[in-house]
Amino acid sequence: MKIPQVSVFVSNRPGRLQAVCRSLADAGVNLLSLTLADSGEFGLIRLIVSDPEKAVDVLAKAGLSATITDVVACPVNAAIGGLAELLSTAVGSQQIDYMYAYPSTLNGSNIMILRFQDVDKAIEALKATNFKAISKEELLG
Amino acid sequence: MRSTAWNDEENKVLPEMALDFMPEEKLRDLQLQRMRATVKLAYEKVPLFRSRMDEKGLKPEDIKTLKDVAKLPFTMKKDLRDTYPYGLFAVDLSEVVRLHASSGTTGKPIVVGYTKEDMDVWAQVVKRGLLACGFRSTDIVQNFYGYGLFTGGLGIHGGFEALGATVIPISGGNTERQVMLMKDFGVTAVGGTPSYFVRIIDVAEKMGVNIRDLKVKRGIFGAEPWSDGMRDYIEEKTGIKAYDIYGLSEIVGPGVGCECECRDGIHIFEDHFYPEIVDPETLEPLPDGEEGELVLSTLSKKAMPIIRYRTRDITAIEKTKCKCGRTIRRIRRIGRRSDDMIIMRGVNVFPSQIETALLRAEKALPHYQIVLDTKNNMDTLEVKVEVSRDMVSDSMSAMEQLNKKFKHSIEQILGISVIVTLCEPDSLPRSEGKAKRVIDNRKKM
Repeated sequence: MKIPQVSVFVSNRPGRLQAVCRSLADAGVNLLSLTLADSGEFGLIRLIVSDPEKAVDVLAKAGLSATITDVVACPVNAAIGGLAELLSTAVGSQQIDYMYAYPSTLNGSNIMILRFQDVDKAIEALKATNFKAISKEELLG
Repeated sequence: MRSTAWNDEENKVLPEMALDFMPEEKLRDLQLQRMRATVKLAYEKVPLFRSRMDEKGLKPEDIKTLKDVAKLPFTMKKDLRDTYPYGLFAVDLSEVVRLHASSGTTGKPIVVGYTKEDMDVWAQVVKRGLLACGFRSTDIVQNFYGYGLFTGGLGIHGGFEALGATVIPISGGNTERQVMLMKDFGVTAVGGTPSYFVRIIDVAEKMGVNIRDLKVKRGIFGAEPWSDGMRDYIEEKTGIKAYDIYGLSEIVGPGVGCECECRDGIHIFEDHFYPEIVDPETLEPLPDGEEGELVLSTLSKKAMPIIRYRTRDITAIEKTKCKCGRTIRRIRRIGRRSDDMIIMRGVNVFPSQIETALLRAEKALPHYQIVLDTKNNMDTLEVKVEVSRDMVSDSMSAMEQLNKKFKHSIEQILGISVIVTLCEPDSLPRSEGKAKRVIDNRKKM
């Protein structure tokens, strides 16, 4: 139920995002989702890609430091209150470090990517709800 | 005098090492005799030295004991620049078989020359250092010191050849090829600057090559000060034993001194180089055991005899005997040079302290650079640190925490506030030889 997310460390200056995307594209790695976090001097690019291990290797060869972390992908109802519903379950009382919306939908549901402090505990909590985490195979294809 | 440790099968005192174990009294006699000859040669052939002796009212005959050496005038780096290119040579150029020069980043380089005999001595001292560190004629050695005008590459090369090892004169640069040859040629030992070897380790890792799996067993490193922490890092990463060789072009190049298997200080090849420690302020000689500036005199150089050269290296001569039984004295490993010292808001800062702080914080040795600047009339010290793959996290707060950890560790050691900036791997400049650690953009008042 865990989804491998690739995080890339980059300096906060023009052209760095391009370097990341270009090297992944040249290696035939498909970008499924990309979010950016920045802190003045540097930024973290968080990616969901078709082949995470390959992505880390390709980025290392391009002189970039990257790492893989497990996140959870959870479908939520696209209607009003969908996310509120998820967070009102036991999942909502887990420590969430950050979350973001995945750019495509699955069977009409929106997909939220959640980074829990304790991913195993969060998956356990999720099992007791009506929400079903999306598998790596389903998401990455 | 010889310790038994050096007479077992593993660590035999080979005939070539005998000079390292010379009875002390005999060694002092030899030093005095050679010092007198060197002073006489310089007095007769080098005008600058002669005029300085005359100013002091000194004649070569006044040097009657080794204590009298303290009366002799000092030689400074500036003297080599001022007499560019051949002003300190004591022989006709027809007798000089080799010239080397410093990179000369500011103005004219300094030039040094060697006679055929000087070249032989140089190769022999390097060879003795290599033997003391366990290198043997059976070794296949990759020499990634820079070849050329810099004394490092060809100096170590001469020692490897004298030893009878198989030398690969690859020089610095083309790091991926360095890794490939290290593997394919069955390299058993390496030589070069420690900072470049750290780079080779990084590149090997990227290429999926673990140096531990190769045949490399030992390395000889020098040409820049490197900390014990850096040695631990190299050894843990690669499984090799890393040894320190000391030298400077003005005296001969690498091979003025070298560690032995005990790795408890650097033995100076005292039959060819005479070490003293002086107080850098008063220039008064200090007794063995006390820390000060290392001053070196050549005892057998013919082309360019150098008397009492102020090295700017801060160290002490060890008072105790080394466990290896060598009678030639040791200096403490050079952790800092008075040249490298940064004075920051009145506090003395050495790059080696920052290296120690980084190692303490992360147990890894990231590539770093120190940038000094003036902002709002305040001098600032920024440490740029490259973030390796092991240090990356997906969490912003973890990255900020890493930054704080480095900052805290450095500030604890230096006692002044610093700025830490995390940078991408390979984004800080490296020369293929010596690491450029400090950039000073401060406005001079």
